[in-house]
Amino acid sequence: MKIALFIPCYIDQFYPQVGIATLELLESLGCTVHFPEGQTCCGQPMANTGCEQDAIPTYEHYVETFSGYDYVVTPSGSCAYHVRKHYDIIEQTDAVQHLRKRTLDLSEFLLDVLKVEQLNARFPAKVGLHQSCHGLRGLRLGPGSERNLNAPSALHTLLSMVEGVEIAELERADECCGFGGTFAINEPDISAKMGKDRIADHARAGVEVITAGDMSCLMHLEGILRRQGSPIQVKHIAEILNTKA
Amino acid sequence: MKEHATKAAAFIKDEARTDWHDESLWFVRSKRDKAAHDIPEWEQLRELASQIKDHTLSHLDEYLEAFEAKAKENGVTVHWAADAAEHNRIVHSILQEHNARRIVKSKSMLTEECGLNEYLEEQDIEVIDTDLGERIIQLKEEPPSHIVMPAIHLKKEEVGELFHQKLQTKKGATDPQYLTEAARQHLRQSFLQADAAITGVNFAIAETGGVVVCTNEGNADMGTHLAPLQIHCMGIEKILPKAEHLGVFTRLLARSATGQPSTIFTSHHHKAKEGGAMHIVIVDNGRTTQLGRPDFRNSLKCIRCGACMNTCPIYRRSGGHSYDSTVPGPIGSILTPGIDLKKYSGLPFASTLCGSCSDVCPVKIDIHEQLYKWRQIIAEEGHLPAAKKQSMIMAGKVLSRPGWYKAAGKSARWVTRWLPRPLIYNSLNTWGKARELPKAPKESFQEWYRKNRSAS
Repeated sequence: MKIALFIPCYIDQFYPQVGIATLELLESLGCTVHFPEGQTCCGQPMANTGCEQDAIPTYEHYVETFSGYDYVVTPSGSCAYHVRKHYDIIEQTDAVQHLRKRTLDLSEFLLDVLKVEQLNARFPAKVGLHQSCHGLRGLRLGPGSERNLNAPSALHTLLSMVEGVEIAELERADECCGFGGTFAINEPDISAKMGKDRIADHARAGVEVITAGDMSCLMHLEGILRRQGSPIQVKHIAEILNTKA
Repeated sequence: MKEHATKAAAFIKDEARTDWHDESLWFVRSKRDKAAHDIPEWEQLRELASQIKDHTLSHLDEYLEAFEAKAKENGVTVHWAADAAEHNRIVHSILQEHNARRIVKSKSMLTEECGLNEYLEEQDIEVIDTDLGERIIQLKEEPPSHIVMPAIHLKKEEVGELFHQKLQTKKGATDPQYLTEAARQHLRQSFLQADAAITGVNFAIAETGGVVVCTNEGNADMGTHLAPLQIHCMGIEKILPKAEHLGVFTRLLARSATGQPSTIFTSHHHKAKEGGAMHIVIVDNGRTTQLGRPDFRNSLKCIRCGACMNTCPIYRRSGGHSYDSTVPGPIGSILTPGIDLKKYSGLPFASTLCGSCSDVCPVKIDIHEQLYKWRQIIAEEGHLPAAKKQSMIMAGKVLSRPGWYKAAGKSARWVTRWLPRPLIYNSLNTWGKARELPKAPKESFQEWYRKNRSAS
């Protein structure tokens, strides 16, 4: 099985520890992971702003960089969703079709491909799980509170394999944090208010660490937490899953 | 473009009020969840409703003509209006024919969309909105802020003050029962004196030629039962093929809207009462244009339940008026750009694309995906602000070139690490208004990888 690791641009630049945790976690589970040189971004920032056309060279660069692997694994539900959902505007070559099926969020790869049932991880803390929207409602990593389904939540399943983790009960299980890419810049007041409200929910539940499958949501929440001087920390789920018991 | 952001920022200034607004609507969303989750076949119902609407929209011409023929057979007069102006003229001419000067109207987003009240008032015809929420905002001279709960933005204290001024209730009264009773007594006079009743239409059944009106207050029934003339105004998309399809939608509508198993009144109007007259006005007003857009046609499935507003984290924190369109919230943000793309080019951006609207929608409209598609059209047609467009062209260049990307990343990290705070946190940095920027690490993941793994 040839596995490529895709570390999205903002994780590469601002949260290298998330990339390292993802790589180490996959390796500890016996995977040989390739990290293709020259990778950049999935193109979502331009596309979500309405500039899909300006994103096409980035799409093509992604396809060129990641062709020839069985799976591309990325610690971002949002980027995986973008490749799978929105790479429909470029020519649907075999390589593109393959990548639109096989670009997986880390949690999908762990549960659906590696069929992980236990982890040798320990993280003694009260953890608040932020269900990032693109993972939840885009990739269907969980049932979502709107729908009447009894599907498991991938991130819950994985977190419950970690010794010592206590998952907090939130009042609003899966409300958006307000990041939304360029929304955070274009509507800064609403965006920050949404983030503040999510944080307040976690704080009421006694959360020590907020985790998620997407670092972008956590970057936004962390920005508010630090401005507030809050002791609550944020950690990508890969960092928690990669702790050693 | 910035319009929604500006209005939202003004709304959100009063944080306690924003929280109250958010909580009120979240309460409705929670009631909806409970009602929806109590129905084991909820997801199948949504799928069925979506398919019935798909089928109907694909055969709209046939069903509309069948509906017209059947309604005529029942003795109902049917009118066709191409746009809002024609709709208003038709309604006015019907009223003139019957010499009707005092009108009671139950809730209708279509007449709101057409500006019927203002039009009739200019012709010296009195229109009284009889839905409590609508009457409140009519007295306050404001547009509705929500399609199901038009006065949801107002607190009971504000309604008390308004009623004190307009209906002479006691100063300072806030008891909902007292205020509602005052509105009832006031509206009763209007019902008894009305020459005509106008209603909206929730569903029109092609098979029977009848229209269905759902209310909780019975005001549509009071109006149509008492006044000699009844007029029902409907958009072309309200049609359902058969009576047997109705149950799918009534089960979904009230649960999605307010968490009730059904609306208190579900009234079926098939023919005029004895000695009375019944008219139906069928309106296009841009709907066939929307039907002709493959990416957006299924927005016409909407049954106006308002669930997408109640769930939308942005709507809840910015209020319906921030959208400046008859139908606010997520569904409004995909309907109104089809009417005036330039004017409403900001609305598809008033979203994080979280997708909650699409999952809550009882007829499975892919609302957030249509928001994404409108964004593409808005950019293509040149309605993005120039600075935004330029920055996206630049981003597209940097992110498709590994060398440029590396250099840009390095300098961005350098800037956030070393520049003095005032140079980074200023009015140009909207991110930094309420948030810190991420602490930039010394090395990127790629740099770490080259050092630690490349050799192996």
